[in-house]
Amino acid sequence: MGQQIVNGLFLGSIYALFALGYTLVFGVLDILNLAHQAVFMLCAFLALTLVSLAHLHILLALPLATVAAGLVGILVERVAFRPLRGRADSNVAGLISSLAVATIFESIALGLWGPDVSRFPLGTVPERQLHLGGAVVQELQLVIIGIAVLMVLGLTFLLQRTRLGRQIRAVAESGFAARVLGIDVDRVIALSFFISSALGGAAGVLFGLAFNSISPDVGRSVELKGLAVIIVGGMGSMPGAVIAGFGLGLVETFTVARFGSSYRDAVAFAVLFLVLLVRPRGLLGQAATRVA
Amino acid sequence: MRFHLRCLSLAVLVGAGLSGPARAAETAKIGAALSMTGAAAVYGATQKAGIQLAVDEINRSGALHGLKLQAIVEDDGSTKEQGINVYQRFINRDRVSVIIGPTLSTTATAADPIAEASRVPVLAVSNTSPTGITDIGPYIWRVSLTEKQVIPGALRRARAKLGFKTAAVLYGNDDVFTKAGYDVMRSALPQQGVKILGTQTFAKSDRDYNAQLTALMALKPDVLMVSALADNGSAIVIQARQLGYKGPIMGGNGLNSPAFIKNAGPAAEGVLVGTSWNAASPDPVNQRFIAGMKARGVNPDQFSAQAYTGVYVIAEAIKLAGFKAGREDIKAGFARVKNLDTPLGRFSFTPQRDGEHEPALQQVKGGKFVILQ
Repeated sequence: MGQQIVNGLFLGSIYALFALGYTLVFGVLDILNLAHQAVFMLCAFLALTLVSLAHLHILLALPLATVAAGLVGILVERVAFRPLRGRADSNVAGLISSLAVATIFESIALGLWGPDVSRFPLGTVPERQLHLGGAVVQELQLVIIGIAVLMVLGLTFLLQRTRLGRQIRAVAESGFAARVLGIDVDRVIALSFFISSALGGAAGVLFGLAFNSISPDVGRSVELKGLAVIIVGGMGSMPGAVIAGFGLGLVETFTVARFGSSYRDAVAFAVLFLVLLVRPRGLLGQAATRVA
Repeated sequence: MRFHLRCLSLAVLVGAGLSGPARAAETAKIGAALSMTGAAAVYGATQKAGIQLAVDEINRSGALHGLKLQAIVEDDGSTKEQGINVYQRFINRDRVSVIIGPTLSTTATAADPIAEASRVPVLAVSNTSPTGITDIGPYIWRVSLTEKQVIPGALRRARAKLGFKTAAVLYGNDDVFTKAGYDVMRSALPQQGVKILGTQTFAKSDRDYNAQLTALMALKPDVLMVSALADNGSAIVIQARQLGYKGPIMGGNGLNSPAFIKNAGPAAEGVLVGTSWNAASPDPVNQRFIAGMKARGVNPDQFSAQAYTGVYVIAEAIKLAGFKAGREDIKAGFARVKNLDTPLGRFSFTPQRDGEHEPALQQVKGGKFVILQ
């Protein structure tokens, strides 16, 4: 049982990491950025290339790839979202154009790295293990859980205590009012995309390290779960996404342990339905004010 | 004008009908639907190499009395939809004499009925699902042994060596091939006195198997049986070892690929897999195949050996049909192929049009498959 708790927490931290960036952009723009999973995948491949071809240490490759993912995020915003801003149907149009960006990114990855499953070279991360009362924990798993928690704390600090955070929250509240107050809305949105995509990219690299399999369609395996996580957590709610992420990971794991893997997604999504029946706005979602 | 046009098209039709068999006497077109992309991409590339090697050898030898083989390789994308498209192209546009493939059983169940309906012979070289392939109809033949033929034989040898009494099974339940492998394990294990303690499943797109493996390991089985494609299989084996599983792991046909060893790394060591191809066989036909593949810089494996054998079986069928390569000729020739010397051993068809030869058991040692005698 102890081992399954570890498995669930670990899986949950991956979901939470992925969902954080997703929900940040939603909180600011009210738009689902469906290219998020493609940035996740692209960043994993980029780090893989830095490690295997440029022979960089993973501790160097991870931040480099993360920054690159952030820049890709700015590009996505510039190309797929900004031209549509201000249109009456910008929400739906943005959704579709981000889907197009995701498809383009997947094709690029297919061309550059091929369709096969790739993995980081052996020994990229030390394969040390800890034994906690009968449960085996990989050092890497602890690091990933730790990074997930750190990123949440860091983001919360950024949003609550810094000037940029206040600006982001102001834009989330009302872009028009923020502009009246003299905030450079375009810049704030671009920065939100940078942070969001960097988070998604970091999640991609950690996912690739943890599961040893990166392929052009790897993002799709977490996309649906990430979507479920931000809906249950409350659209745009950062702590909600984290709680829901860990919750989904644990529910999935215990479904497998208790009822067998065939029922995993059925039970997991049934629980999501129940949560939404009881709390239609999600765990920490709020009615009028959004917590970006 | 309209009359004119109809006349013209009639002439074209007659012309095509007349020139069809005449051209076939010079080159026999083999359409190969292989998974060059998608979940089974690791198999498609090596199958293509095996087919190309055999075609080149046969054409160079002149064994078909001036008749040349031509392989047309198309990507089935590891999906039913694309497999069907490729088949239609082969049958109607390229007008091939025979089709090899598709790589996955799942794709074959959708595409083969089209060839059957168009009376085009199909030779499956990697489909191992016991049902749903050759029972489609009399035009569907296969070289590959089914899981039903390989797993029990390999299991008997493994049990004699390791003496396990209990097993836990993990299989992919959204793929015909891995599901079929599981069905055979489920019946073969109890038949040989091995008790199944527990069973778990996963989907092709899954990357995390920790929950399933933890649940299975809690049952303390003597052996872990895995029916998975190579990509999933390597991640499963890595995660099982990370969770501290020390016992033997035995896989279905999907793990029988160098790509599995490459991705699983040290975790692959000791993994047992049944195989249709005995790489260590000293038979000269086998040694020639291995040398030919290595000369082209390709690692020979079971999938390339079967694909290579497939082309030789087609050549033998053409020979037995009196050096005629029409669709019906090849189908009639298949029925007469018997005890053909191939890298897989002496090859014949069963009355159900399935392949028949001796399977073997292999184990990963030092990053390579080694045959356990």
